[in-house]
Amino acid sequence: MQMSGAQMVCEAIIAEGVKTVFGYPGGAIMHVYDEIYKQDGFEHILNRHEQAAVHAADGYARATGEVGVAMVTSGPGFTNAVTGLATAYMDSIPLVVISGQVPLSLIGTDGFQEIDAVGISRPCTKHNFLVRTLEELPRVLKEAFYIARSGRPGPVLVDIPKDITVDIGKFVYPDSVDIPSYKPTYKGNKRQIEKAVEAIKTAKKPLLYIGGGVVLSNASDLVRKLAEKTQIPAVETLMARGVMGAKNPLLLGMLGMHGNYASNMAMSETDLVISLGARFDDRVTGKLSEFAKYADIIHVDIDAANIGKLVDVDYPIVGDITQVLEKMAPLLDDVDTDRYNAWREILKRYNELHPQSYVDSDKVIKPQWVIERIGELAGEDAIITSDVGQHQMWAAQHYPFDRPRQWISSGGLGTMGFGFPAAIGVKRAFPEKTVINITGDGSILMNMQELVTAAEYEIPVINVILNNHFLGMVRQWQTFFYEKRYSETDLTFQPNFKALAEACGGIGYDVETKEEFDAALQDAIKQDKVCFMNVSTNRFENVLPMVPSGGALFNMMLPSTTENNGEVE
Amino acid sequence: MAEFTNERRVISVIVMNESSVLARVTALFAGRGYNIESLTVAPIPSSNMSHITIATNGSAKVMEQITKQLHKLIPVYKVIEHEEMVEKEMVLVKFPIAENLSDISALCATYNGGIVNVGTEMVIAQVADEPKRIKHFIEAAQRYNPCEIVRGGVVAIER
Repeated sequence: MQMSGAQMVCEAIIAEGVKTVFGYPGGAIMHVYDEIYKQDGFEHILNRHEQAAVHAADGYARATGEVGVAMVTSGPGFTNAVTGLATAYMDSIPLVVISGQVPLSLIGTDGFQEIDAVGISRPCTKHNFLVRTLEELPRVLKEAFYIARSGRPGPVLVDIPKDITVDIGKFVYPDSVDIPSYKPTYKGNKRQIEKAVEAIKTAKKPLLYIGGGVVLSNASDLVRKLAEKTQIPAVETLMARGVMGAKNPLLLGMLGMHGNYASNMAMSETDLVISLGARFDDRVTGKLSEFAKYADIIHVDIDAANIGKLVDVDYPIVGDITQVLEKMAPLLDDVDTDRYNAWREILKRYNELHPQSYVDSDKVIKPQWVIERIGELAGEDAIITSDVGQHQMWAAQHYPFDRPRQWISSGGLGTMGFGFPAAIGVKRAFPEKTVINITGDGSILMNMQELVTAAEYEIPVINVILNNHFLGMVRQWQTFFYEKRYSETDLTFQPNFKALAEACGGIGYDVETKEEFDAALQDAIKQDKVCFMNVSTNRFENVLPMVPSGGALFNMMLPSTTENNGEVE
Repeated sequence: MAEFTNERRVISVIVMNESSVLARVTALFAGRGYNIESLTVAPIPSSNMSHITIATNGSAKVMEQITKQLHKLIPVYKVIEHEEMVEKEMVLVKFPIAENLSDISALCATYNGGIVNVGTEMVIAQVADEPKRIKHFIEAAQRYNPCEIVRGGVVAIER
């Protein structure tokens, strides 16, 4: 069929089954937007900033497991999208971002709104394309979606010069792709799996170390079954919250810099780490030479480059978690679960010694209380997004996550401003679910223009702002490590969040007491409008436990031993 | 310990012959802090692929990461970490014509080369040999006051 390049873009998006595209038009992408106007195969959400458009597509992708799509124009449209690409790249989120580019004849001439998009995005995309001919456009689009979702997923940029979107040619969307140089490994090596199973059977203190890869591979059920069958305790990374389920007796909690005591001690004392889709990030390991010092390591990862990158691995298994666990599980039918009884008993005692806790107050609202309360009021059905900082850690520590894809947060890049637009994407994918962005008074301002987007499209996202009038996490480091010199972290000067939300067509709540919070949240859940819930919380609350940067995991600052442990000031 | 000592290694990277593939490879080295000692690239005859030869150095752990990270690039078809290889490098040297040409010629012959061009003021010599011998040749050539030396970078093939 004969059509323009712009039409081909739309046809490809429809052929890929994409229902929602997030974006922002501009000169170089106008022809595509003209075709978007004419078609009805997908809806387009006009975010109010390109970064937010990519985060929204990202949230959509994280919640559904499908490829998220965003569209931006050349130059500043693209550069605004870069943070979104990098955020998705660090967390292996499948995205296709389509950017306009100046016409082919202008490339390299410093044309208006020209920037080298493939050059800039090379280190923060899984792959990128500058389309050079109309003929290759259908193939490139097909490959972009394929690369984004296959293997270790990631964002793919397709940069399309304006003249190619105008040109008319034959459109046949390929059924399949053939990239001889790209063949992801899905099946784990049988021999290595057998060896790993033997190691599990002979270990005394094995530990499941669960990462975001389990979520990406949709392997949560398999992981839960594996844990249940073997009775091996588990720790989760930030990205894996929800995989085991908060009520699971085998789950110790989150490990790492703000992990709980039992999790970090388990990792310090285990004799066999079973790493499933985790990548030994520095926020997880602390001081590497002390990390899992007494353990052999089984590392299952679809990305071979993750294996042996930071720690030496004894049983490397390159493959998709689902496929590997399907092979591994039957081999563990005869595992002697009593072997690990003593180990579980030790960990149980660790948990009793220092449970995840905080000191609640009647005078001020504690942020941890807010998180727990959201869990109680919004129920297991809610999907939680977050920004980055103290509120993110409290949410990860205290929310009763029950299933994967219920917790959507920028882990690797740590992007402030991610949560609100991501929540918009999530809510668009699951309109029937309550979607709550847990955020801070710093982060929320970084994409607050999305109030307008959410109001216009009637996307009732609830933003719970844990307001401590600080850039809290930086302030916490300043308290502990910079002798309380609060350099540029005091956010006493603030907008009127309630009025701000109302000015943009949303609802605002000011919350000073626990009673007000309950009332506000219950009201917000019923409303069909976006809201800002400005919750005054204890100013100097700290996220604990904390492993100081570069320290060993077992050297934690604990609520019971840390001065300034969040008492009301 | 062997894994921490920096060792010179030669890697062949077979890539799809498409635009910006070389940029992807070199950007990976730059972005992840790996060294490039020399780099050559040319299309592989009667194929749609190119052969990039990179001489680099690093510990065993770094080398493993380089190989794996290269493999992750979508247009990279194959990465060969050379163990048993034939390795050659070419160098062109310009000498003043007033120098002792028969000495230069004899020197070049020792290193697998000879004088390939004679002008009114300069002669150009070409030598192709192992990189270590190329280094020796360049040292030896110093006494004939070379005006310009252009090294070609390493190419290698597994035995």
